[in-house]
Amino acid sequence: MSLKMKAFKKSIWVYHIACSPCNNCDIEILDLLTPRFDVERFGILLVGSPRHADALLVTGMVNRLTKPRLIEVYLQTPKPRVVFAFGSCGISTGIFAGGYNTEGPIDKVIHEVDPEGIVVYVPGCPPKPEAMIDAIVKALKAL
Amino acid sequence: MIIFNYLVFPGFLFAIIIGLLTVWYDRKITARVQWRVGPPWYQGFADILKLFAKETFIPATAKRTGFVLAPFIGFSTALLVAAMLGVAGLYPKMSFTGDIIVLWYLLMIPSIAIIFGSSASGNPISQVGSSREMKLFMSYELPFVIILFSIAAKAHSLSIGGIIEYQRANGANLWSLSGIIGFVVAIISTQAKLGLVPFDIPEAEGELASGIMLEYSGSLLAIFKLMKALLLYTLPLFLITVFLGGMNLQGFGILWFIIEYLLIVFIISLIRNTNPRLRIDQAMNLFWAILTPLAILSGILSYVGL
Repeated sequence: MSLKMKAFKKSIWVYHIACSPCNNCDIEILDLLTPRFDVERFGILLVGSPRHADALLVTGMVNRLTKPRLIEVYLQTPKPRVVFAFGSCGISTGIFAGGYNTEGPIDKVIHEVDPEGIVVYVPGCPPKPEAMIDAIVKALKAL
Repeated sequence: MIIFNYLVFPGFLFAIIIGLLTVWYDRKITARVQWRVGPPWYQGFADILKLFAKETFIPATAKRTGFVLAPFIGFSTALLVAAMLGVAGLYPKMSFTGDIIVLWYLLMIPSIAIIFGSSASGNPISQVGSSREMKLFMSYELPFVIILFSIAAKAHSLSIGGIIEYQRANGANLWSLSGIIGFVVAIISTQAKLGLVPFDIPEAEGELASGIMLEYSGSLLAIFKLMKALLLYTLPLFLITVFLGGMNLQGFGILWFIIEYLLIVFIISLIRNTNPRLRIDQAMNLFWAILTPLAILSGILSYVGL
């Protein structure tokens, strides 16, 4: 493993995209930054601009309004990049399956523009913070 | 020998390593204040290495030359200031008359590079950030330069070496009434120069989405981060040189120097962790209406001899 890859795994900067979620997942994401879980131990930081990000946390079900925006933000994130699909709505459209404005799960939307894109599923409604840390570890192993 | 001094110790390489370690120290203090564990010691190095490995975007609306040039201008000036201060602290005899003015000008250039780069990026939010940076820059330079000149007048010397030798002969500038007032003003100006929390108005993550740095990515962002790390090393060193008698590397002097350095960064970090962000008009008010009269008072007191 090269030095650059090692550095990458020790410093994941995260940008949070809310694709019209119910805010449940977002509150659980904030838990990760609190003293109990403290993901800054692993170098994970929340940043304010997708240009600085290595990973995108996408919450909520992608609908017709948010799809073009999600794709735009995804394409603005510099490579190498990872997408985390959070919660039941993100990974499978959840209770909105078959709705009139449902544009499909996050991995389908991302793979439309970038078939190589890495999408990590984090199931749960909302996912537990332990599940999120587990997902991050699995994503880093897959890189 | 002098080339070794400029390139390795206490010049370029030393400044970069200590700067990145200081970034970690600052983040660790932040974490401890919030009862967290905080990042490991190599965090600063990992961040920079990772950013160099990433793709670099240049937005279609940006003015290419200015956008790419700005980080390099800021970084190289910060590097030069760090090396000059280090060498002048090591050999006070070698500094030339007027180098404190040169340093003062060079310390301004990183802020100007940020203004330059963010207004070249073609992003409206970035431009709001750059206009705020410009206003902040105009407000903190005034008290800072008054303090600097009152100290130069006290030491009867316009060189860093002269100021250090005056303090070695007569005791550090900090241990007098004028020195204490001057130190408080200078540390608040330093906070604004570094762009840390009460004065992170141009970066304002909540409202401007990291404003001035918004469009930078990959290696250009890494160079800006390195510049900030270097400033985090340089400005406390500058305060030590001007107020605490510079670095004295004989015997217990080196220990004393390390303690002073860590203490000043600790104060800066505590200010950053215990204060909310000011509005730009409040910041200007603070610098022009409160700190500038204090700086003038400190100058008068030092002229009287207190």
